[in-house]
Amino acid sequence: MILKSHKNNFKYSSIFIYTFVLFWVLLASFPFLWTFWGSFKVELDFFSITNWTNAITGENTKQTYGSPFTFIGYHGAWVQEEFWRAFLNTSLVCLFVVVTSLTIGTLGAYALSRSNYKYTFWLLIIALIFRAMPPITLVAGYLPPFFEWNIWGTLPTTIIVLVSINQPFTLWMLHSFFKNIPKELDESAKVDGCSQYQAFGHVIVPVMWPGIITTGLFSFLLAYNDFAVTSMLLSDENRTMVPKIAAFLGTTYTEGNVMFAVAAVVSATVPLFILIMFSQTKIVSGLTQGAVKG
Amino acid sequence: MKHKTFFWFILPTFLAMFFFIMLPIISICLQSLHSPHENVFVTVENCDPFGCKKSTSIDHDATNILKNENPLGKFVGFDIYFDRGHLAIDKINEIWIKNNNFFNFLTAISNLPFYKAIFFTLTFTFTVTPIMLVLGLLVALGVNSINKQLRGMIIFFSLLPMIVTPLIGSIILFWMIDSRGIIGNLLQIFLEDPDFSLKASTNITWIMLIIYGVWHAIPFSFIVFYAGLQTLPKDQIESAQIDGANSFQQTIHIIIPHLMPLITFVTLMQLMDNFRVFEPIIGFNAEAHATSLSWIIFNDLGGETRQLSAAATSSILTIIGVLILLSPVLIKTWKEFEFKK
Repeated sequence: MILKSHKNNFKYSSIFIYTFVLFWVLLASFPFLWTFWGSFKVELDFFSITNWTNAITGENTKQTYGSPFTFIGYHGAWVQEEFWRAFLNTSLVCLFVVVTSLTIGTLGAYALSRSNYKYTFWLLIIALIFRAMPPITLVAGYLPPFFEWNIWGTLPTTIIVLVSINQPFTLWMLHSFFKNIPKELDESAKVDGCSQYQAFGHVIVPVMWPGIITTGLFSFLLAYNDFAVTSMLLSDENRTMVPKIAAFLGTTYTEGNVMFAVAAVVSATVPLFILIMFSQTKIVSGLTQGAVKG
Repeated sequence: MKHKTFFWFILPTFLAMFFFIMLPIISICLQSLHSPHENVFVTVENCDPFGCKKSTSIDHDATNILKNENPLGKFVGFDIYFDRGHLAIDKINEIWIKNNNFFNFLTAISNLPFYKAIFFTLTFTFTVTPIMLVLGLLVALGVNSINKQLRGMIIFFSLLPMIVTPLIGSIILFWMIDSRGIIGNLLQIFLEDPDFSLKASTNITWIMLIIYGVWHAIPFSFIVFYAGLQTLPKDQIESAQIDGANSFQQTIHIIIPHLMPLITFVTLMQLMDNFRVFEPIIGFNAEAHATSLSWIIFNDLGGETRQLSAAATSSILTIIGVLILLSPVLIKTWKEFEFKK
């Protein structure tokens, strides 16, 4: 009797749990699926005044183009508004930011994890403070010299700035990965006649690859998702995707081209979607890395 | 590691941080103490057959000399800090004298632009952080107790709100709550009020921004707590079950204490991230109802005028805010370091 009621309890609670988790999954994914679906419609369907089901069936899209799906928004964004340029800029920025951040970050974090002097501690604390500061607070300091030297608005300048403001984060993350690699590994390499540099290059880096790739993912995300700094430092023709979308918002509402903005938003989300699909476990391990080490 | 080896390893990253973080901080300190030069005017008397006229014009040469002599601008001390756009000391005094009721005083202050931003930033930080902790823990507990094969897919979808660009995430939600979007539309049908709008009032805008903030932040606490749940002490749970503890009691007495270090970690990261809230204000087009410290800086920097001194001052005040928020952690880390020695 007691056992039976216990079992029933279990059933109810698991139904409750499944409903709750399903609700969260819908909450997390529905906005993206909805916008993706809507991006192939005309504005009257995406923003439907008459009947909200039009956004699903695409009544007005069918009337205008004969099919419930249209690429008109994508055509407008990529060809007419030259969104491909922004896509290219984002690719360049991300590539160079990731490569540079990882190169100098790996060297620095390795040194910090293998030294016990007091200055190591202070460097890490300063990096933590820098990590906590919103990057936009620094922009007022960048603008006068950049204008003076005429390097404002270019991609290389922005890449160097993004690398630098992401260094504190990169250092902390790589530092916690390096701490997991036993010092004995360096020591034994040195006993075998390696210098510290050789030990780093031939012994430590090969072991560190998973950690380096995970950190690379996060510095990619920081560069890809940045809005505050890139929109302040890039000139109009060098804009990356996120500032370009923000600029769309201003112009498209007045010109009635909201679907261009919707298509651009979906286009900028797709690479992230693919990224999560292929590196889910890496992202999860990166998020928990700092936490587990405290 | 020897000092010399350490030096060469750390040099590139140190140079990057020195030139692009340290120097800019020093620069904004100086910028915040200077205001731009005013133009030098000259009055010239032009005489023609019809009489003499006095006209005033900008003396470009004199202005340029002034600018070249002191490119930072005119030294004004802490004037910009106390002006109407920032701490507004005069205004505060005035309001303080007028209002003897503390609540009225706060309401009056919250109309000053800088304090308005502080109020929103703090409200956002201190509502989003606890809500996301609780909901993230609930999702983690939920996912942890369902079928293992489903979990990978759930984690995939759960990551979306956090990984997708904050500006894009907020724009997507903004389109949905538009009165012609699906949520706005359904709310109108549900409330039987065809004019209902989620964008009209300040309170609803704040709630929408907070909901966005929670939605964006839940995945982080969920993932961290979920990872923590994988290392739960099984024997403790079992003995608690034998002693007749129900799942609620188990959560309170075993699971939460076990997760405590992770809760501290997530809280710290979230306080830092929520304090810089900015993108959703742009995405939700909410400037009229809600502004944040980061938004004020952004607003000063942008546009035709580029008020760098004002932006620098707001930046310094924001950094001070971050330091206050971070101080418990810094003190704790320092004590631990001293203890280890």
